This record gives sequence, C-alpha cells and structure tokens, in this order.
Amino acid sequence: MKIKIRSGKDFYAGVIFIFLGGLGVVLAYSRYSMGTRTNIGPGLFPFILGGVLTLLGLLILIRSLAFAGPPLGKLAMKPLMIVLGAVIAFALSVNHLGLAFAAAVLIILSSLARDKLNVKEIMILALLLAAFVIGVFVYGLGLPFKVGPL
Amino acid sequence: MDLFNNLTLGFSVALTFINLSYCLLGVLVGTLIGVLPGLGPIATITMLLPVTFKLPPISALIMLAGIYYGAQYGGSTTSILVNIPGEASSVVTCLDGYQMARQGRAGPALAIAALGSFFAGCVSTLVIAMFAPPLAEVALKFGPAEYFSMMVLGLVAAVVLARGSVIKAIAMVFLGLLLGLVGTDVNSGIQRYTFGVSELWDGIDFVVVAMGMFGFAEIISNLESKGELKVITGKVRNLMPTISDLKASYKPVLRGTALGSLLGIIPGGGALLASFASYSLEKRLAADPSRFGKGAIEGVAAPEAANNAGAQTSFIPMLTLGIPPNAVMALMIGAMMIHGIAPGPQVMTQRPELFWGLVSSMWVGNLLLVVLNLPLIGVWVRLLTVPYRLLYPAILLFCCIGVYSLSNKQFDVLLTAGFGLAGYLFLKLDCEPAPLLLGFILGPMMEEYLRRAMIIYRGDPTVFFTQPISLAMLIVVAFLLLLMIIAPTVRHKREEAFQK
Repeated sequence: MKIKIRSGKDFYAGVIFIFLGGLGVVLAYSRYSMGTRTNIGPGLFPFILGGVLTLLGLLILIRSLAFAGPPLGKLAMKPLMIVLGAVIAFALSVNHLGLAFAAAVLIILSSLARDKLNVKEIMILALLLAAFVIGVFVYGLGLPFKVGPL
Repeated sequence: MDLFNNLTLGFSVALTFINLSYCLLGVLVGTLIGVLPGLGPIATITMLLPVTFKLPPISALIMLAGIYYGAQYGGSTTSILVNIPGEASSVVTCLDGYQMARQGRAGPALAIAALGSFFAGCVSTLVIAMFAPPLAEVALKFGPAEYFSMMVLGLVAAVVLARGSVIKAIAMVFLGLLLGLVGTDVNSGIQRYTFGVSELWDGIDFVVVAMGMFGFAEIISNLESKGELKVITGKVRNLMPTISDLKASYKPVLRGTALGSLLGIIPGGGALLASFASYSLEKRLAADPSRFGKGAIEGVAAPEAANNAGAQTSFIPMLTLGIPPNAVMALMIGAMMIHGIAPGPQVMTQRPELFWGLVSSMWVGNLLLVVLNLPLIGVWVRLLTVPYRLLYPAILLFCCIGVYSLSNKQFDVLLTAGFGLAGYLFLKLDCEPAPLLLGFILGPMMEEYLRRAMIIYRGDPTVFFTQPISLAMLIVVAFLLLLMIIAPTVRHKREEAFQK
C-alpha cells in the first residue's frame, strides 16, 4: 500500500512538530518531576505542552496525507549557507579578533550571496561599515566590545 | 477631569528634550524602514532593543513605539510610488495608490495618506487614553486563573486572525511556549532542556529568537528572489489634494479610523488586519466599486488611516493586560521586561508616568511624522534606489552586533544563526513565526499563573472553568476554534482577504 503525501509542506511540518513535541514529552517525563496537583513541579507544564504539540503534529501529518497542499519548495541553499556561514564566522572571530575584523569578515562573506561580485565595492562597503559600527557602537554608545585583535 | 490630569502628566514626560529626541529618532527610523521593502518594524525593533538598554525605560519605549507607527507612514510611500509594499500593512495601498501615481496623482495620494494617518493617530491616541484605564481597573481584579485563561485566549485569537493554516500556527504557539521554558526553572532551581549547555541556564533570550526567525530568515528568503524596483521618480510635485479629493476621503478616513481602532485591540489584529478590512469595507460601501483598483482615493485614505489606528490601539492590550496582540507588541513586552518593568495592569498604577508618557508621545510622534514626511518624500524616494545588495550585509551586521551586545557571548550569535535556519525552514513549510514568538514570550508567565492558580485553589484544575471570568474567556476560545474548524466559509473569507 503506497501512501501518497498530498501536501509536502504540511507533511514535513507535522514530522518536525511530532519530533520536537515528542522530545519535549520524553524529557519532561523522564527527567523532571511532575510534582503534586497543588504544587506542580517543573515537569508538568512542559509535559502538557510537548504532548499537545505532538498531537498537533500528528494531526497535521494525517491531514497532509488526506488533503492536497503545496509541495515543499526548493531550499535556496546558496544564500542560506552563505548568510549562516557569515554569521558563524562573525561569532567565532568577534571574541578574539575584535569587532572591526569580525564586521569586515561578515560583510565580505555575506556579500558572496549577491548576483555579481564586485570586489572593489564589497571591500569599500566592508571598510565603511566596520568603521561605522565601531564609531557608533564602541565610541558612541560605549558598548564594551573588543575593537581589534589586541 | 482625570483624563486631563493624566494627559498633562503624559505630555510633561513626552515633551522633555530627551524624550522628544528619541521620539523623533524613532519615527524617522520607522519611516525609513517603512519605506524600504525587505526591512520591517519587527526586525528593526529587535535590532535596536539591545541599544536601548542604556536608555531610561520610557525613552526606550517611546522610540520603539515610534518605529512601529512610523513604519506605517513610510510604507505608504513605497506602495504609492513603486507598487511594492514597504510594509505588509501597506499592501492594499498599492492597489489604488500606485494607480493614482501612474495617473500623475502621486502627490495627492501621498498627502491624503499622510493626513489620514495623522487623523487616525490622534483619534487612536485618545481612544487609548479613554479606554485603557477602565480596562486596566477591570484587569487588576483578575486572579491567576483569569490571567492564565486570558493568555490562552490571547494566543488563540492571535492565531485565528493571523494568516495561514490555523493548526500549524497553534503548533507554532506550543513550540514557542516550550522554547520559552528552556533554562532554569525559577521555582525548583532545576534546568530544563538545557542539555548540559551552560550558556542556556538563563534561558534563551527573546532577542535571539526574534533576530533569527524574523531578521535572518527574512534576509535569506529575500536573497532567494530578487528584482528591480521601478520607482516613479518623476515629479512628485503638487502635493495638494483637490477639494473633491478631500470630500471623497473624509468619510473613508473616519471609517478606517474606527475600524482600525477596533481591530488593533483584538489579539491577532493590528495594522495589517485593519488595513485589509478597511479596504474591503470601502469597496463594499462605495457607490461605484469598479473604481477600486484603478485609482480610487478612498482605497488609499481608508486603509492608511486604519493601519495607523490599528498600530496604536494594539498597544492597549499590551499596556493594560500585559497580553501582546501581535509580534511587535510581544517585542515591546520584552523591552519592558528588560528594563525591569513587569507588564500588566499594575503598570498604569505603579508607573503612571510611563504609561501616560508613552501615550502622549504617540500624539507627538504623529505630529512630527506629518510635518516631516511630506517635505522629506524626495529623500525617501532617493533611498529606495539603494540596492539591496548593499543593504542586507549592513542589516546582517547590525543584527549580529545587537545579539552579541546582549552579554558579549559568541554563543548567542551562534544560537541566533540556528534560529535563522529554523526560521527559514518554517517559512518554507508555511509555518508562521509570529505565533512562536508570542508563545515564547508568554510561556514562562503562563506557567507561573498556572502554578499560582493550583496553589491557591489547592490543585483543582476545574478552577479555570468554575471562575466566571475565566470560564467566559475559555468559552470564547472554544468558540473561535470551532469557528475555524467547522465553518469553511469563514476560512475562505480569511484566505480571500489575504489573497489580495
């Protein structure tokens, strides 16, 4: 018997909700105490929430098999990887290499997602924005950021 | 009269130099991001939140509020001149506004939009001033059971009126509620869902969630689809609307203001719903509905008034009950909590200068907007020509700095990237991120009220149904849910409204 997924988006949404809800329920039940009815423990509310989430996920999943809906579109991997990669690069470098460097890295890496790579434009943008944010955030607002690798 | 005294107090706070400056800054930034498509009040408020830490709470709230209703003004500019909505709530303005521009009537369209918005802003400020205090008084009598049920009602109503699949939105709410519980449980001291990661002991900062799901996810999604903006830069001279324009517009503005004020208060409402509903209403009431979509000035006047009224009155449930009717208000509540203000009806009694100062600042902000915007239109138009490829790295940078500035932890930025990924995936799955944010903010509070209710009523779960106010709220919840499930006609009307 072949089950046809009629609504791709809903199907995967349902799967995710079941997974996360299930995780919530299992962890709440096994690790956190439910407490008593008068004095509810840390596990009760998450247990209920996770349970409802799992049920909703199941409902969405079943509906996706019964009713037609839009299929899962294509994920735009290039912008996704580039943007997230740039942010991660920022995160990893800002602590040790300072804001100026991290900002420039972020601008340069994230600009890779654009249509036409204009190296000069990207470099100028990186320079200007790095200077701008340092001026505004470190000197203007006095936020305690490391500016350079020193 | 009490109202007079309160407003006097409010203006004395709002008109100080520092608050005036922040109000101006807020509305200018708001207009700016309203004009720019691809950048909205949610992302902007999230970005600026960490910056407001150092400010006194009232200045921070004034500025952030200014961003929200300022964006409603700015959005109309792009809608009329470029046929691209600067803001979601300006979508309907595109329909007739752009047509008017093509007929060489961009000036009157922009003027009527601004004037209508100003009128609506003034009226809704009064609405807040008149109705918030009695509402707060009623709410002060609520016990934990009532608060819990009220939050349930707020969440469900927000979902039912929002777009997209209701059941997926409700699931997002529950996911948000769960995520809000991550961290150390205040009552028992044990850590929940932290998986041994010490950075999660204090929970997930809502700025991280908001920045990731609204900021990053939107940038990624914008990068998927690009396009060129065709701006009608041709002379936007002659801003004066004709007498017939004014005559045709005043009733739509009145109706839009009334409808917007009403819909702003309802959870799930706000500027977006108000503008759509107002356009539909005008079309239905018009003597000649076929004019709509071809440059009918009513189609600009009414929604613009409505979205401003809706934006401002959506502060009412937030300020009086502590219930955010939409994602922007959820962020405002977050902002208040950061500044150590517990949202709820006691804000009005304990910190009246905060409440009334904010309300008065809305009127001031509207005045600033209508005075500054019309002359500055040329500037805004020129800004539209900034290519997105230069804009988005800057936005990304501000977001990252904002998150990092929370506690100088690189973990926070990494976590935001994770939420960015999640947000993008959810967008692809047609799951709305706003309900998740609402649930996230309300989760810990709901648990607290549940706990207190159980302690007070000795563990009797039926208390939510035996207390009359609580019962009334839950009945409305059941009614709303039934409505969505059983009445497909209602569902179709919703989708129809959002189709356009």
